[in-house]
Amino acid sequence: MLANDPLPDAEAQCRQLAELIRPLLPKNPALVGIYSGGAWIAERLRELLGLTEEIGLIDVSFYRDDFAEKGLHPQVKPTLIPFEVEGRHLILVDDVLYTGRTTRAAINELFDYGRPAAVDLAVLADRGGRELPVAATWRVWDVDLAAGQSLVLGRDESDQLAWRLENA
Amino acid sequence: MHNPQLNDNGELIHLLSTEGLPRSIMTQILDIAESFMEVSAREVKKVPLLRGKSVFNLFFENSTRTRTTFEIAAKRLSADVINLDIGRSSTAKGETLLDTIDNLCAMDANLFVVRHASSGAPYLIAEHLRRIGRDDIHVVNAGDGRHAHPTQGMLDMYTIRHYKKDFSNLRVAIVGDLLHSRVARSDIHALTTLGVPEVRAIGPETLLPKHLDKLGVHVFHDMAEGLKDCDVVIMLRLQNERMNGALLPSAGEYFRHYGLTPQKLALAKPDAIVMHPGPMNRGVEIHSAVADGPQAVILNQVTFGIAVRMAVMSIVAGN
Repeated sequence: MLANDPLPDAEAQCRQLAELIRPLLPKNPALVGIYSGGAWIAERLRELLGLTEEIGLIDVSFYRDDFAEKGLHPQVKPTLIPFEVEGRHLILVDDVLYTGRTTRAAINELFDYGRPAAVDLAVLADRGGRELPVAATWRVWDVDLAAGQSLVLGRDESDQLAWRLENA
Repeated sequence: MHNPQLNDNGELIHLLSTEGLPRSIMTQILDIAESFMEVSAREVKKVPLLRGKSVFNLFFENSTRTRTTFEIAAKRLSADVINLDIGRSSTAKGETLLDTIDNLCAMDANLFVVRHASSGAPYLIAEHLRRIGRDDIHVVNAGDGRHAHPTQGMLDMYTIRHYKKDFSNLRVAIVGDLLHSRVARSDIHALTTLGVPEVRAIGPETLLPKHLDKLGVHVFHDMAEGLKDCDVVIMLRLQNERMNGALLPSAGEYFRHYGLTPQKLALAKPDAIVMHPGPMNRGVEIHSAVADGPQAVILNQVTFGIAVRMAVMSIVAGN
């Protein structure tokens, strides 16, 4: 993708994602958003899918596999799982799926709360480049990016989600 | 000036003192501790951060509680913890401190938690590690002489932030034997760095260090005056060994003047919190009705201390 290509509307993508999930929505699902982008998307999905239960929020900093190289992320947010994980059908939500390492860390963390019945993965963007055998159950956008580029989901003052492209 | 606690990128590699610790790092410790409080509330109270790392507890001076909280913190980070009973081992046989360290380095230690009766011992170890090129090994000071007890200082800051939300509008009193207290020293440096506008020291002249005013601390010898309108009251332990000397007439006399009773506490703000680093001497520096009362947060301090020590160990081990 080129730096000046227009980026898709992230809010519209959230609605598309909800429509993909809706026909396959498991019984008694629970949403878990990965900070920070995934948490915003999970909040959207909760409204769009008409779920009443509070969403879970997860920060994978304590479970990352690059701690030895990079140290602890300076901004860690508390993980909050306001429901019993044991036996639940979880939908893990992230903004961008790339190497799969964040997903691995999130699944490990969730299992420290209990044994879920199943875990699905919903993402807005899939940029390939997997280093682990991880796949999204639902994804809206397949995107090709150069290795130095990163796709970042932001939220503006009026609470609107929008993509931006950053170059390393 | 070279700050032995920080690497060239300004990141924390050892925690030796709250003195000279930048505000940004203090805030980072408190924020990360908040996330570890959530871990401690889980069914499985463990994260894999320090898996495969060896943490050595080197307590050259006894302290069951501090050692235990460090041990719990390291175990919740999945580290292997080795407690060395120094008093009965090599040191007793005449080995020097740095020879002990070299031996433990040869056993692939990753982190030393050091408590020592001599001020500066953790610095000596950190400098030694730098000299021998082992900057992959980290030191956390668990109390050195009269000098510093930085994790106690940071857990006190965590406690204050937890109950008062913000440091910028507080009046904090530290009461008792500040002269011999490494906790008081660590608290004062942390409180001023975090922007507490008014720090007070209350105690008899014989137990207050000179030049407290140079640290920006307001000195009071009268308890009623000093406690007036305070938001936070930090009581210090009166060490029994101070009682018999020239410093103090008697425990009863001390309690009459500086013991925290419900009547004296009523002079502070109605929502003031009462803290104590433990172990407490009931009836000497604190009345049981206060220690067990609704304003005391002393046991919560202990719980917060585990999360703060997890934060400190995981930050230094990652840098």
